[in-house]
Amino acid sequence: MTTAPTAIVTPAETRPRERGSVLPRSAAMLIMGVCTVYFLLPLWWLLVGATKSREQFTGTDSLWFADFRLLDNLGELMSYRDGLFLRWTLNSLAYTAGAALLGTLLAAMCGYALAKYRFPGRELIFNVVLSGVLVPATALALPLFLIFSQVHATNTFWAVFLPSLVNPFGVYLARVYAAAGVPDGLLEASRIDGAGEVRTFFTISARLMAPALVTIFLFHFVAVWNNFLLPLIMLSDERLFPVTLGLYTWNTQIAQVPELRGMVIVGSLISITPLAVAFLLLQRFWRTGISTGAVK
Amino acid sequence: MTQLATTTEPLAQDRPPARTPARRGRIRYARAAAVFVGPFAVLFLLFYLVPIVYAVVQSLYTVQRTGTYGPAQEVFGGLTQYRLVFSDGPFWRSVGRMLAFGAIQVPVMLGLALALALLLDSGLVTGRRFFRLAFFVPYAVPGVVAAIMWGFLYSPNLSPLKPITSTFDLLSADTVLWSIANVVTWVYVGYNMLIIYSALMSIPTEMYEAARLDGAGRLRIAWSIKIPMVRPAIVLTAVFSIIGTLQLLSEPQVFRSFSSAVSSTYTPNLTVLSLSSIPNFHLAAAFSVVLALTTFVLSFAFLKTAQRRSNP
Repeated sequence: MTTAPTAIVTPAETRPRERGSVLPRSAAMLIMGVCTVYFLLPLWWLLVGATKSREQFTGTDSLWFADFRLLDNLGELMSYRDGLFLRWTLNSLAYTAGAALLGTLLAAMCGYALAKYRFPGRELIFNVVLSGVLVPATALALPLFLIFSQVHATNTFWAVFLPSLVNPFGVYLARVYAAAGVPDGLLEASRIDGAGEVRTFFTISARLMAPALVTIFLFHFVAVWNNFLLPLIMLSDERLFPVTLGLYTWNTQIAQVPELRGMVIVGSLISITPLAVAFLLLQRFWRTGISTGAVK
Repeated sequence: MTQLATTTEPLAQDRPPARTPARRGRIRYARAAAVFVGPFAVLFLLFYLVPIVYAVVQSLYTVQRTGTYGPAQEVFGGLTQYRLVFSDGPFWRSVGRMLAFGAIQVPVMLGLALALALLLDSGLVTGRRFFRLAFFVPYAVPGVVAAIMWGFLYSPNLSPLKPITSTFDLLSADTVLWSIANVVTWVYVGYNMLIIYSALMSIPTEMYEAARLDGAGRLRIAWSIKIPMVRPAIVLTAVFSIIGTLQLLSEPQVFRSFSSAVSSTYTPNLTVLSLSSIPNFHLAAAFSVVLALTTFVLSFAFLKTAQRRSNP
């Protein structure tokens, strides 16, 4: 890892295809096709199911459309119990976008300092943070609950938000990337120009680290968006629930309240959309970022 | 750093001249480093280190009552809770269940991820961008939602997989563990594939050309060059998978609505969760500590074994 990760990816992407191998090629494409069906079929089923009325959901072919009622279903979901689902979605966005943005910034600053400055305790800090990667987040949920209940802060926004800010793996990625992608000479030049360290970080280093920052942000976003145990333990007021916890709660009530099944199907589809869109739009960045972490 | 400080010396005229440039440089960067590291360090301390210490402390206490209805009192109980943990049959059965789960699911998932990554990298596949994205999409599905979706797909009356679900009960006591394994595999294959694929792409092409001139075929190149080169990436994904397996929670918790075979102590984390809602925090804390230590020891042992094998 001495070159910038963008340089690593380019030659491989243009690796020439080989000719004259019909049988291996057909076999490879067949495997790819089967796997595509495996990975996409459940999502296709969900999409189709979300467009159907309750009767048609059970009465028609579950892999093809009947009357297209997606918008009606959406309207029903959004108005159910004064827009509870909309509130959950907004909660999730607030927990996730906030924690991922701020968490990425903090992890990036920390990883950058660990890569670019020598100071006493540097290796100790790095090793402690790195072992933090191995600490299962679920093992922290219960003690966090006990601590938050000591200060009477369970069942609040902050009880879920604050612990979500910490991303040790982000520090690791940021350090690896800063060491490889931010040349010391450039920092030196910036210092000669009289720029302070903080300004140098935001105007020069952070830009050079952009692919890594997008990667850290996206994976942090996924982790917080998918988080289930922490909100489950911390929150009892359903108006504070994130989408995952809300859908889970509805799913447990389907036996008593059958109309919730449709809500769960449409809600599930919606809960996937932000992440899918984010990954699609930002794929140019996170692909280069992933290779940084993997090669090291 | 000393060198950098020397170069900036002529510009830094506002500093007292008594200090040497090197010393001054170290102080300045130490301050910058503190500004950069500080905020993360504080949060890490508060929300990682303090909870760990707190859990250990809590696990050493126990609640005592004087008489049957006397007031509850927290007293230091030493390893009392741990004695309960180690004699708890259902908990250790759930740990065993997760080890069996991991022993099958992790190799299957990583094997599939490696195979797909090698195929994508082999030059045999057209439309690589599409496949890469298609396989990765499930990673964007939250575990809870993935479990809800598959739960419906497994249910005999709703499933589009009727030929399968009407012959096999995928939600019975014998099969539900592997039905859950399928959900986890479905979500994470693409993610692991992408990590391995990225590592594959960073191998210089010249390495293959040399091997090809020596007459090595595709399989030979994959086995003797590619797989050894991406070993670190495979080890990384394996460690994450081991940690993930022992922490399994949202999928089995969701499956409790679909299958009565999933009990409240089905996985170690479900045990912790059920104790925290009773509540018996001291015992739950002891379970958390034992679980975290088990995870730590297993992933560390795996890392060490993997490292020893790569440098014999």
